[in-house]
Amino acid sequence: MKKIILSTVAFALMTLSAFAGDGDKIPTATLKKLDGSKVSSTTFTNNGKPIIVSFWATWCKPCKKELDAIAENYTDWQKETGVKLIAISIDDARSSGKVVTDVKSKGWEYEVYIDENQDFKRAMNVNNVPHTFIIDGSGKIVWSHNSYSEGDETKLYENVKKVMSGEKLTH
Amino acid sequence: MKNTPYKSSSFATFLFLLFLNPFNTSAQTTIADEVNSIHGNFQIDAQYYNPDSLIGAPKVPEKMLSNAFGNINYQRGKFSAGLRYEAYNNVMQGFDPRYKGQGIVNRFVRYQDDLLDITIGHIYEQFGSGLIFRTYYEPGLLYDNALDGFRIISNPYKGITLKALTGRQRTFFSTGAGIVRGVDGEINVNELLDSAAASIKTKVILGGSFVSKYQADLDPNFNLPQNVGAYGGRLNIINEGFNFFAEYIHKENDPSADIRSVANGKTYYSYKTGEALFVSASYAMNGFSILLQGKRIDNFSFRSDRDASLQNLLINFLPATTKQHTYLMPAFNPYATQPKGEVGGMAEIQYKAKKGSLLGGKYGMDITLNISHANGLKQNGVNDSTTTMTLYRTKYTEFGTDLYSDFFIEINKKFSKKFKGTFLFARQFYNKNIVQFGSINAGYKNIHSNIGVIDLTYKYKSSSAIRFETQCLLTDNSDAKNLGSWVTGMLEWTPNSHFFLAILDQYNYGNAVSDLRLHYLYGSAGYTAGPHRISVSYGKQRAGIFCVGGVCRVVPASNGVAISITSSF
Repeated sequence: MKKIILSTVAFALMTLSAFAGDGDKIPTATLKKLDGSKVSSTTFTNNGKPIIVSFWATWCKPCKKELDAIAENYTDWQKETGVKLIAISIDDARSSGKVVTDVKSKGWEYEVYIDENQDFKRAMNVNNVPHTFIIDGSGKIVWSHNSYSEGDETKLYENVKKVMSGEKLTH
Repeated sequence: MKNTPYKSSSFATFLFLLFLNPFNTSAQTTIADEVNSIHGNFQIDAQYYNPDSLIGAPKVPEKMLSNAFGNINYQRGKFSAGLRYEAYNNVMQGFDPRYKGQGIVNRFVRYQDDLLDITIGHIYEQFGSGLIFRTYYEPGLLYDNALDGFRIISNPYKGITLKALTGRQRTFFSTGAGIVRGVDGEINVNELLDSAAASIKTKVILGGSFVSKYQADLDPNFNLPQNVGAYGGRLNIINEGFNFFAEYIHKENDPSADIRSVANGKTYYSYKTGEALFVSASYAMNGFSILLQGKRIDNFSFRSDRDASLQNLLINFLPATTKQHTYLMPAFNPYATQPKGEVGGMAEIQYKAKKGSLLGGKYGMDITLNISHANGLKQNGVNDSTTTMTLYRTKYTEFGTDLYSDFFIEINKKFSKKFKGTFLFARQFYNKNIVQFGSINAGYKNIHSNIGVIDLTYKYKSSSAIRFETQCLLTDNSDAKNLGSWVTGMLEWTPNSHFFLAILDQYNYGNAVSDLRLHYLYGSAGYTAGPHRISVSYGKQRAGIFCVGGVCRVVPASNGVAISITSSF
């Protein structure tokens, strides 16, 4: 019987992949704003400009390093390309109270949402944080990167500029 | 058939039919209708084990063990579906051996629009802060208490969200004995009142939940409650930088394996009711924040099987109100929530000294100060095994033994464009007997430790860096059971954004037994390309406790080669 299930799955996937190619849209999930209200991931928009979606957590050191590094250049990036960064915190109840305090005390000017039970994380198939995506002007996911090492933000921004000019992206 | 988890051929056929019919969706009006996506991820971990009696690494008969999983999620418009396959051949050291074999352990289909959201299959859901209900998945811990059943979420009127669900929980490759049912309602008062409240800056959100479980009573001696209910409410008030959250849950009497005593060869259950209170208040402004959290838990292990233990079949999630550490040494003795009883809290202040200020210098400086403490509850024994069947009572004003305390200060400072550092000091108290073994008779001494971390990064090119990290944990070196003091050193090299190479040495120089003053040398290298990542490591790993979100697992010492591959698409 296991064979039946697996072959069914395999066939279903092959069928599916014919319809869903590169550059899928963001899947639907409900997130929490810092003011407690709810928002759907389908409302993410930046007037036709690219969006960076970054999954992070208050207890994740490399995540905060990445967001700090971007914060230093964020004003310039916004001026040059109009890019917007949406930071998705995957903190649970233990630390979700810390999201607001971290964001404010760090002075980050990002759009921040809390994915408290990790619905969006699962929908985006994020294994571990940090995981960063670039969404192009039409709302398609065009690039993603797992983990952070020093200087990755430079590469990220190069890719944002490529998205703006319609060039092909590299990992 | 033995290892086939779910007799789900009809389910698979259902999925199959749905998948085959992707054109058959109604008029595409809203944004969600445009979504047509298939995403997945997988992770493979494998390790080759060498026995090492000196560090306590056991002989592994299979020599090599591996864990693997893969997820596939599909969404087309308002419809979505997903599945997860897991394989353990055999499960790696440090995980529950009941994870044995392979199979599809998670599958769901879901339909959602603005009014209604229905899921059948495996469900991850959280009511409030999770004190009463939370099902989630954490692959690093192999924690998965998904509810296999159905869920309905509805937004009948603006500002109102209603949820109802029922099912049985996943346990290893099977489902638990008990049935779980729950309802939750949340009102966003501002959205409800709309125009009248639009000008009010204060936002108020109210919520209430009821969760019940059913399990047949097969005990010949006791009249155990077959239905156990829990209920409570929550309040969230937000005003600009101010945020207050409180949740209280009460649980009816729930005799279980978590609290019972054995006397004269007979098992006595506790029929005491349980309660949990979690309060969080914070104030944040640009460059400064303060967070206060408090929690009191009494007899609040809530499982869908009264005989389950460890992390199995938990219906709820009790957050730990202590600092969640990221460095090795501050996390050496990690605190884990004590569901039987605990009262604790923490205060955290974060301050960013601005660029150009006296403290901040040219590039600014971040300071974090955190103080946390946890106590047990004072249990006043009740010798009543006939009428109330309660083994003890507690009072809000009475505290039990100290379990944990932590004073922590961290400074992040950038010295130049190329050079930055993190400096950390912590002073901890750890009641190892209760926190780690749940018993005052485990035979360990309490641990007092002073911990220091220096973490320096030198970025010599725009995407090339060298990181050096040294940590120490200083404690009583005369106690053979508690391992004594440690010092660690790590060097990490990232020549470009794809590659890293690191070498770590953890030296247990303060071990009371001179033969055990060992170096645990560990090297690792990794390659990342976009969403794909592979890493290989070799060396000795000390025994320790690995935690995610306050849920911990004990990892035994090991010596060998490990490989990890993770990818998403």
